[in-house]
Amino acid sequence: MLGIVSAGIFANNSWMLDAIILATWETFYMVAISTALSYLFGLPLGVILVTTGDGHILESKGFNRILGTIVNAVRSIPFIIFLILVIPLTRLIVGTYIGTIASIVPLTLAAIPFVARLVETSLREIEWGLIEAALSMGANAWQIISKVLIPEALPSIILGIAITAINLVGYSAMAGIVGGGGLGTLAYYYGYQRYEDVIMWVTVIVLILFVQLVQMLGDKLQSITISKRR
Amino acid sequence: MIQIKNLTKIYYTPHQEIKALDNVDLSVNRGEIFGIIGLSGAGKSTLIRCINMLEKPTHGTIIVDGQDIPSLSKKDLHQARQKIGMIFQQFNLLSSRTVFDNVMFPLEIAHVPVKEARQRVSELLDLVGIADKARVYPDQLSGGQKQRVGIARALANNPKILLSDEATSALDPQTTRSILKLLKDINTQLNLTILLITHDMNVIKQICDRVAVIDDSRIAEVGDVLSIFSNPGTDISRSFINAISQKDEIEGYTDKILKKHDSYSCMIRVSFIGSSAGDPIISSMIKKYGIDANILYGNIDQVKETPFGHLTLQLIGKQEAVEESIRYLYANGLEIEVI
Repeated sequence: MLGIVSAGIFANNSWMLDAIILATWETFYMVAISTALSYLFGLPLGVILVTTGDGHILESKGFNRILGTIVNAVRSIPFIIFLILVIPLTRLIVGTYIGTIASIVPLTLAAIPFVARLVETSLREIEWGLIEAALSMGANAWQIISKVLIPEALPSIILGIAITAINLVGYSAMAGIVGGGGLGTLAYYYGYQRYEDVIMWVTVIVLILFVQLVQMLGDKLQSITISKRR
Repeated sequence: MIQIKNLTKIYYTPHQEIKALDNVDLSVNRGEIFGIIGLSGAGKSTLIRCINMLEKPTHGTIIVDGQDIPSLSKKDLHQARQKIGMIFQQFNLLSSRTVFDNVMFPLEIAHVPVKEARQRVSELLDLVGIADKARVYPDQLSGGQKQRVGIARALANNPKILLSDEATSALDPQTTRSILKLLKDINTQLNLTILLITHDMNVIKQICDRVAVIDDSRIAEVGDVLSIFSNPGTDISRSFINAISQKDEIEGYTDKILKKHDSYSCMIRVSFIGSSAGDPIISSMIKKYGIDANILYGNIDQVKETPFGHLTLQLIGKQEAVEESIRYLYANGLEIEVI
């Protein structure tokens, strides 16, 4: 069905189909890699934000306040401005600031504080009694983090990953406007600047499907981890 | 086994200081079940948490098995905590782990080799009677079963002491009895010292050897359970004991009952403990002095293995005969209170 429809739309413009497939792939791997990288840094950051908080296992009030302020500061910069601000850094790491790979740098950097706050929220839901029980057994901070906090918060962390990935789909389209590649670039150059409505609409539909898929996957994974426990 | 001296805990809030514990002294002997009873907010929860440093004392010494706990380094404290088991009102089991793996948890913390640990977990699940639930997650267990897992987990590293923080307060009376029986069995089998806190005198009555009554951040009274039950020295102890009997309600009606009689009458409360509960003293008093005894209320109870009870009587007859009767009861070793 989809084949017939797309064959109809793209009958005289087969380059369009190829361009959309390529752009979708670019968006997918930009989002996948920046989600993964943002958790690589954001998860520990979230754990630190929680555990150095008041009365927690690694309480350190001053450090916690400084870290919290930095996280808030980064989060308050609009992404479109952030993109431009980190160009020197992107150049330093990737060698260029244009293209899909280069986009991963601002996407990841912008997502890290967001992920940290999401992880923080997930970890705060854990009852203090569980931490107290682990402490009473002689657990050290690392054992509490790895054996209590993260496993207990896992269903909630998984949902956070889906939320992050969906946010990054949106951000990646913004990155696309400044030459980041993916569906954003496609929609901007062909849809906006050349008035190719078809490209514009197909891009929107692909993005909708993309987001639905990520959310479904997140929900599914979360319910698997929960139902296993019941 | 546990010696607490001058233990004080003050919580500082921006606007005030709250004294949760005020110069508490307490000593728990090896192998005994020691109960701490108090109302909520009296400080009992803070007290038990100071013993394994879940709460940091403001000052005071806490010696557990020869070690001064507050002075230990972080690493030594972790070691010491492995030998102090703790169970909780809300059980605090990990929902991400099966029953088996929950009991494995403290053994992982102590770096016990896996093979040995698995062996130990199986023994513990047998000991607490839930071996059949090993593969199940805590969400599928009843409260009593969860507490059994909690107990197995607390015993995993062969502790010398078990701290029980209101362990039966979330359970129904029947389950409470079975958990208390399990604690008593463990106490006897393993010669484990148990320190428990509760607000329920029934718990103290059923398994404790000695009890401390805590009121307003201080220890009001300490003694063996039987003597506190039979002869409470403070109002707070009396109120805990009365809470588990109905005699106050009955005695509220005494005015009405007394007015109905023309001849001299007198209300007394007789307390009897142990062997005196077996002698027919009241009956022989009635025969000897020719008075009437109207039984208004009576109960007999058991503190651990010793029978123990109260009888509220109205003695009716000639004044001298009634007074003689009361002296007779005294002479027979009963505790009398004229109401």
